[in-house]
Amino acid sequence: MITYLEAIREAQAKALADDPRVYIYGQDVGQFGGAFKATKGLAKEFPGRVLDAPLSEDAIIGSAIGAAIEGMRPIIEMQFADFSTVGFNQIVNQAATLHWRTQIPCPITIRLPSGGTAGAGPFHSQSMEALYAHYPGLIVMTPATVEDAYSMLIEAVAIDDPVIFCEHKYLYYHLKAEKLPTEAVPTGKARIARQGRDATIVTYSAMLHESLACAEELASEGWEIEVIDLRSIKPLDTDTVLASVARTGRLLAVGEAWPWGGVTAEVIARVATEGFALLDAPPMRLNAKDTPVPYHPNLWGTHRPTAKTIAVALRRLLSA
Amino acid sequence: MVQATAVPTASADTSDLKARFLAAHRWMLLARVVEEKLAALYRGGKITGGVFLGKGQEALSVATGMALRKGDVFAPLIRDQAGRLAFGETLLDCTRTYMGSRLGPMRGRDGNVHRGRPKEGLMAMISHLGAMLPVVAGTLMGRRFRGILGTVGAVSLGDGATSTGAFHEGLNLAAVEKLPLVLVVANNQYAYSTPTSRQFACEDLVDKAIGYGVAGHSVDGTNLEACLQVVGHAVDAARAGGGPQLVVASLLRLVGHGEHDDASYVDPKLRKTPLGADCLELAEARLLQEKWLSVEAVQQMQEEVQRQVEDAVATTMREPLPDPNTEDWCPLATRNLCEGTSPE
Repeated sequence: MITYLEAIREAQAKALADDPRVYIYGQDVGQFGGAFKATKGLAKEFPGRVLDAPLSEDAIIGSAIGAAIEGMRPIIEMQFADFSTVGFNQIVNQAATLHWRTQIPCPITIRLPSGGTAGAGPFHSQSMEALYAHYPGLIVMTPATVEDAYSMLIEAVAIDDPVIFCEHKYLYYHLKAEKLPTEAVPTGKARIARQGRDATIVTYSAMLHESLACAEELASEGWEIEVIDLRSIKPLDTDTVLASVARTGRLLAVGEAWPWGGVTAEVIARVATEGFALLDAPPMRLNAKDTPVPYHPNLWGTHRPTAKTIAVALRRLLSA
Repeated sequence: MVQATAVPTASADTSDLKARFLAAHRWMLLARVVEEKLAALYRGGKITGGVFLGKGQEALSVATGMALRKGDVFAPLIRDQAGRLAFGETLLDCTRTYMGSRLGPMRGRDGNVHRGRPKEGLMAMISHLGAMLPVVAGTLMGRRFRGILGTVGAVSLGDGATSTGAFHEGLNLAAVEKLPLVLVVANNQYAYSTPTSRQFACEDLVDKAIGYGVAGHSVDGTNLEACLQVVGHAVDAARAGGGPQLVVASLLRLVGHGEHDDASYVDPKLRKTPLGADCLELAEARLLQEKWLSVEAVQQMQEEVQRQVEDAVATTMREPLPDPNTEDWCPLATRNLCEGTSPE
């Protein structure tokens, strides 16, 4: 069995082995192997190519952009997605604009350990995908499975553009697969994780698993819920979403991130503007509450959507 | 590791100084003339957006451009016309970017001083001050990974940028990695309208070198010879493996922040101090005094440079402007992953 976290480690090992242009730079990623051990053993296996960085997110990302200009393919680990705000300027103003302004590609991969875990609190729990997706020039990946964590990270390193790789911390240890995949779904394509005909849930990352659990629960009541895993939120596979809504007529968009703007809003906006006639009921969305992410499990468990709250929303949608 | 070279030592080789001084003077003059032309075009409504001039900073800028070699990396800032030219940027790259020619390096996607050719070592600055410092550090890391040694990266910043987080993070990272990086700070006394008294509390910016564990150098930014020597020495030291070098030049910006700004906030008394001297005038006086050039030769050079600038502007004026209908509106290198590029 291989975990989601091990898949990320293996993908990086493969990228380092396959391409001499790849290096890893981030806080504690060297001999220590990273705060989550996503780079465990890599510094030893690839001497001089897995480097500890000072606590300087701006300079870490800025330097990766410079190295990319020189033909390297850096993988940057932010210790927590939340800390990427310190490097925000370099990501959105420098990396994201470089190719458009100068026609020089900027192939950097920025790994963001994202999302909530019990007890992590306001500054180690954030989901930042919508923030980065807002800026032109970035690709934003949100893998929800062990297989995607592996194949999408390899793909991220190969892509000639900056990729924000949102890997979910809750999935690091919880999610396991038999083996690593040998084939990958192309970047930008969503995946139908469960087929159904009564309603469509569009989701991504850790919320895929809450949504699948909810679909399973409703199946015992006879409902057939289709669940779509977006995989990447930019580009966003509108075609697969619209095709599903065409079959089911009902849409619930679920995300762990905050509600304002964001991925669920984007999904609903696209379906409403491009497929309004496909809808049999007003589309719905479910997000975390619009507060900082709370520390205590009692609060945290209610702050984000769960299989239970998704089921409540779905029942309303199905009866609409 | 820290060393402060307050005053340059006399050049060992006068003929070498003469050659470098004359070359530098010509780039400075060309920069001054093209910038005056840009200001005129701006006032005549021929340039959309800002115009940012380097008057008073040409000596420092040209010294940086000349100290670098082909193959080095240079991240100029907004007052580096002279240094850009000396580093190898063409006049046309300048006029085309200012005037929005489709044939320029930025093709109308970015303007004025936000231009460069990163593959040729000339970084295209973004507006966020200090932000180019980590990028240049990264180019040097990238080169080291690739086994390319012996090149130097230079970054131009102003006194205002020394207050940014990127300055701190970038210089510290460069020091930790012992990169061949030269950080040239033009302390021109004002960040836009903010005087240095509201910018930092240390006695001298060069003292920051100690804190970062890098070599520090001070120079009179109005004195071309001093700039050539001190910046040249810093670049040589970086190239020789001495790690990052911080050069702090004292001078006064002799124009507004941009041409929209009359700089009325500049203390008139400051203008009368040695800081307020015009480095180009001083350089010209020096080369006449040394009899390196005659008055006639200087005049002839001015006419040549004027013609060069007029030619570049005339060429640019005949060129096509960006066309929204042929613009591809795709920000990615991976075209098939662009979304929403054309409304359906």
